[in-house]
Amino acid sequence: MSNLLAARSLMAMALGFHIIFAIVGMAMPLLMVLAEWRWLRTKEEVYLIIAKRWAKGTAIFFAIGAVTGTVLSFQLGLLWPRFMEWAGPIIGPAFAIEGFAFFTEAIFLGIYLYGWQKVSPRAHLAAGGVVVISGIVSGVVVVMANGWMNTPTGFTLLNGLPSNIDPIAALLNPSGLLQAPHMILAAFAAAGFAVAGIHAFLLLRQQGNVFHQAAFTIALTVGCVSAILQPLSGDFLAKRVADFQPLKLAVFEGQVHTEKGAPFRIGGIWNSEQEAFDYVLEIPYALSLMLHLDPQGEVQGLKDFAKENWPPIGIVRTAFQIMVLIGLIMMSLALWAAWLAFKKRNVFESKTFLKAMVLATPLGFIATEAGWVATEVGRQPWVIVGYLKTAEAVTPMPGVIIPFIFFAGLYTFLTCIVIWLMWRHVLASPTQLDMMRNVKEAKQA
Amino acid sequence: MMGYEATLAFVLLVSLTFYALMGGADFGAGVWHLLARGSSRRDQHRLIGDALGPIWEVNHVWLILIVTILFTAFPKAYVQISITLHIPLTLLVIGIVLRGSAFAFRHYDVKDDEIHVRWDQLFAISSLISPLLLGVIIGAMTVGHFPVNSESFFQGYVSPWIQTFPLILGIFTLSLFAYLAATYLLLETNNAQLQEIFRKRAIIAGLVVGFLEEAVLILGKSGAPQLWGELQYSLWGACLQLGVGGFAIAAVWFLLTRRYWWARTCAILQVTMTIWAWGIAQFPYLVPPDLTVFNAAAPEITLQFITAALFLGALLLFPSLFYLFRIFKGGQKAQHE
Repeated sequence: MSNLLAARSLMAMALGFHIIFAIVGMAMPLLMVLAEWRWLRTKEEVYLIIAKRWAKGTAIFFAIGAVTGTVLSFQLGLLWPRFMEWAGPIIGPAFAIEGFAFFTEAIFLGIYLYGWQKVSPRAHLAAGGVVVISGIVSGVVVVMANGWMNTPTGFTLLNGLPSNIDPIAALLNPSGLLQAPHMILAAFAAAGFAVAGIHAFLLLRQQGNVFHQAAFTIALTVGCVSAILQPLSGDFLAKRVADFQPLKLAVFEGQVHTEKGAPFRIGGIWNSEQEAFDYVLEIPYALSLMLHLDPQGEVQGLKDFAKENWPPIGIVRTAFQIMVLIGLIMMSLALWAAWLAFKKRNVFESKTFLKAMVLATPLGFIATEAGWVATEVGRQPWVIVGYLKTAEAVTPMPGVIIPFIFFAGLYTFLTCIVIWLMWRHVLASPTQLDMMRNVKEAKQA
Repeated sequence: MMGYEATLAFVLLVSLTFYALMGGADFGAGVWHLLARGSSRRDQHRLIGDALGPIWEVNHVWLILIVTILFTAFPKAYVQISITLHIPLTLLVIGIVLRGSAFAFRHYDVKDDEIHVRWDQLFAISSLISPLLLGVIIGAMTVGHFPVNSESFFQGYVSPWIQTFPLILGIFTLSLFAYLAATYLLLETNNAQLQEIFRKRAIIAGLVVGFLEEAVLILGKSGAPQLWGELQYSLWGACLQLGVGGFAIAAVWFLLTRRYWWARTCAILQVTMTIWAWGIAQFPYLVPPDLTVFNAAAPEITLQFITAALFLGALLLFPSLFYLFRIFKGGQKAQHE
């Protein structure tokens, strides 16, 4: 393994690991705040128990997200020093904003987790609200900084170095502005579906358990609203990619040659010898229609671009397709849920729907990872598109394979522990009998 | 009026101080967790867990802020430090990951069973890693003279930090954090037995800190001549050293006479002055002799922007921090029977 490949693998792994904890840590606070808000409104004890339960799970994910995020802030320099020297003055201020958002998030999460008896119920709920907002802010800012790597703005190149820096213009780069909502929606959809899936699983085992019914409803609502909005946000983002990174879009959509009236392609395997996709299913004119609202619109093909600047086509295209497919499945499930809610006035009586939701538990995370691979591998061979190649940014220190192997072991260990802890969490969830006892105790107290 | 470079260097020093006083003390508490003995062992562990719980995540963010300021405002220095000190920086973050994960696994689990002993052990042992490495990294930055175009791996990536001065500074940092933690824990409990235990530990730690502080200074004469020169041959250097010594003696005196609030205050001032003595002596260097806050600085516009961001952020941060500490550290102390 070359040093560059080791560095790229380590970075990809560290990000791919962090992203799961970051999105759960961002989305779960909304779920627990909604549950607590329901409790304050209805005074039904079940919502308080849900909020407290979810808070514990959130705390684990938040803590792992925080420490792995710290790893990343160091690894940016440890692995990509030339990139940071270039980019630090331009997108660094965004990370300063993120730093304070993270401070706020950590402060109010501390109050939320430990302050049940120490502050008034309203102040407690407000603390949860601050956690939600600051979590979203830090997510938005980080993704916008990432967007800058795709569509770098806010500087001019002078003698090979950036000058006339404008940090605000850099932050408000074209890709980042649309990547950010896509990521935030992905977080809420993924976490909402995952939590709903777990409670659906338990509802199938213990029918009529009010704890799981209430928890399922809240998580499903958040997941479904996000899953319905997500394809819309993806459509905006794809149009933006078509404008600013036509090569990347051509790879996403499997567009080899430039053509008018381009079809939307489903499936296909990249044949690198023939430089064509085999086994593709085509929907005529659909891609031109989607991108340009015109069936004869022109879509650029990847052959228009120098081959040395092509990203790894098979990986990017496959990841993109997985993301889109899952996005559509999740949207369909969300519409199904909406129909059940509208027609039957409840979402937990249909066993088929519950089973479908159980199967959908990991989908949001898979789609998020796939989307991340599509956008990040799709950016290769550049680290800052058009300005700095990844290979030029890598650390001169040899032997990066050693930290890669070490972190692979460490993150595998942490993954196993977290899955095991969540399993304990699920097993320890209250049965219907416990719930009745709890409510009785609460009333006596 | 200070220029932006000096202002941001000052903010870095202040952030480092906060990190040491807050995040550092959390690591120090891990040392006492590891050393907990006797019949009250479980109570000591519980005291430490309760004290850290609501605040350890926040305390940790200071380090992220430091890294952020460094790569935004002084990118050339961040890059050079990241390349040369790759190994200790990696070990530092491994310590951070293990310590934080172990704490979360231990305290946010739904059940309470045997496995928690293992998480406690991991928490305590990994608490030693990061302070040691933090000291080593700061020590290596103090010694400076990072090799350019080094011929061997050892010369380029190992010898800059495997030296007497950085290593002794690592041990000193660990003892300093443990000392702080002991003086804080005293005020976190009403239990007389626990107070007595941590009083003794604070006194011993205070003496160890004093001894190591002298060792650092003496080794600095040959190991970090730039630091030594500034501290020995300037008026402010003498004043700061006198201040550190004075507060150290006062802290031990207040511990002996059981005036804990005063002891903690003196310990905080002692640590603050220690860090500032280092910072002022190091100024304007980030890594002597080549990287200063002036020649490693980002363009002016970036410095202006991040200064503004830090100022606005501080307006948000300090009231929130005050609120947090008032809720959990201000009022009634927990009972630990």
